[in-house]
Amino acid sequence: MAEKVLVKGNEAIAEAAIMAGCRYFFGYPITPQTEISAYMAKRMPKIGGVFLQAESEVSAANMVYGAAGAGARVMTSSSSPGISLKAEALSYMAGADLPCVVINIVRAGPGLGGIQPSQCDYFQATKGHGHGDYRVIVLAPSSVHEIVDMTADAFDMADIYRMPVMILGDGMLGQMMEPVVFEKKESGRCVPEKTWATTGTEMKREHNVINSLYIEPNVLEKIVLERYEKYAQIEATEKKYEAYKTDDAEFVLTAYGSVARICKNAVDELRAQGIKAGLIRPITLWPFPSEAYLEHTKNAKGIMSVEMSMGQMIEDVKLAVNGTIPVYFYGRTGGNIPYPNEIIDEVKKIIGGDK
Amino acid sequence: MNSKIYITVGHYGSGKTEYSVNYALHLKKTYDKVFLVDLDIVNPYFRSNDARSLLESSGITVIAPDYAGTNVDIPALPPDVMRIFNVDDAAIVIDVGGDDDGAIALGRYKRFFDDADVSVSLVVNTRRPLSGTIEEIIEMKENIELSSRLSVTDLIADTNISDETTKEIIEEGYKIVKEVSKHLNIPIKYVVSAIDENFSEEVNNKLFKIERKLLKI
Repeated sequence: MAEKVLVKGNEAIAEAAIMAGCRYFFGYPITPQTEISAYMAKRMPKIGGVFLQAESEVSAANMVYGAAGAGARVMTSSSSPGISLKAEALSYMAGADLPCVVINIVRAGPGLGGIQPSQCDYFQATKGHGHGDYRVIVLAPSSVHEIVDMTADAFDMADIYRMPVMILGDGMLGQMMEPVVFEKKESGRCVPEKTWATTGTEMKREHNVINSLYIEPNVLEKIVLERYEKYAQIEATEKKYEAYKTDDAEFVLTAYGSVARICKNAVDELRAQGIKAGLIRPITLWPFPSEAYLEHTKNAKGIMSVEMSMGQMIEDVKLAVNGTIPVYFYGRTGGNIPYPNEIIDEVKKIIGGDK
Repeated sequence: MNSKIYITVGHYGSGKTEYSVNYALHLKKTYDKVFLVDLDIVNPYFRSNDARSLLESSGITVIAPDYAGTNVDIPALPPDVMRIFNVDDAAIVIDVGGDDDGAIALGRYKRFFDDADVSVSLVVNTRRPLSGTIEEIIEMKENIELSSRLSVTDLIADTNISDETTKEIIEEGYKIVKEVSKHLNIPIKYVVSAIDENFSEEVNNKLFKIERKLLKI
């Protein structure tokens, strides 16, 4: 498939996962990500892979635990309420150092919420889901094209760091169709062999153990500390962001995922109206690209976080700018998508207010 | 009842809904009574019902699930679909959900379709995954026929990659669909295009020009 094809974000995730060597998918349908399961159900049997619709999200996520422990490249996907159910298994996988890729195509919440796009799971993705001292890498694509590259990278990162990697999209990104080329690119990453996996000893080595239970405090503390050394290494090397027209920007917007695209339109329109605007788009949400915020707001009088939520990423933005400039917020929630003109009006209101 | 029923089936994302909406508007030029039935019980995003106000202002009657486009969008068929089997002198376009999963909804009306003047168009976008090759298209057609209990009567070549569609892409898609047409002995009804181009004579003869009504970027 080296030609351009028209694909949905959800299909792009599924095909890119297969190209990355994922042969096990365990899931449970939920709008707006069901196309991932539907695509996997059609494709996996044809390539010798396994698609399994579990009886619940809890089961699906624990099947991922099993397959990951056996060394397989494995993925599950869901939308917000389903991710809440998968949270327990995420914690266990983090605690057992198991690599896997988890997709959250976010819908409006809380509770059953609604089926329209939202970014109200930022807290959950970057700070929460399950219990315990742990992190997962969180990637936020903003186009179908980016989904393709990012999905491949997610599997590599999961294997290299032996931890779950989450791709955080939203209903808009999952459902939108864009032309893309599926090409296998060399990541340049060195993915180690899974010598820790429970693949059978063939009586040639000691047996491997997949476990997250450590009763002895000193033993558990040592394991957690080692895990946090790994997290520090990720924070030092894996942060990614895009800066758009920030060099001379007097006012900076910040947004991730699909909302960043809307903000780009707002930036261009503001510039056409003589207001020097810019955009910082975090691509990794954990690790959060904090340093980018001081570097790209040198000429800015203020920064505004634009989100499809009541303001979640804004907390990381405030920590990143550390009081150097005022931080504002504009958001829509409940499944509503902010329009560029709403953002433009808000910026003008703030800038006008400063004068 | 002497009305004509046009059913649109195909891979989800192939362009069924854009085609159905445009086709209903096209039929309105010759028919006084035109119905568009949104029978998509699979995907609540992007559906005919989204073009309801445009269609209704053009005098087309839209029949859609009661809760279409709301947070309680559930896979239930609208009861007033039955109206279409009791109306005379009308053209009725039925926009079906994607794949064989969506086509299941048609099976329920089989005994009514058996007594009506029905054509079933398979919309094919060869630049969509899982419907790019002759084998994949034939497999999709067979699966849709199995679950809908209807036979595909014509093919619609709707190859496109959204805004980046070129003349070459449409011509290339037509060639693949033509092979399918030969293989299955089913005629090509239209070649759909949203762009104005100097197409080959063959494509030009079957050209159905559409305007994108659902997604305007």
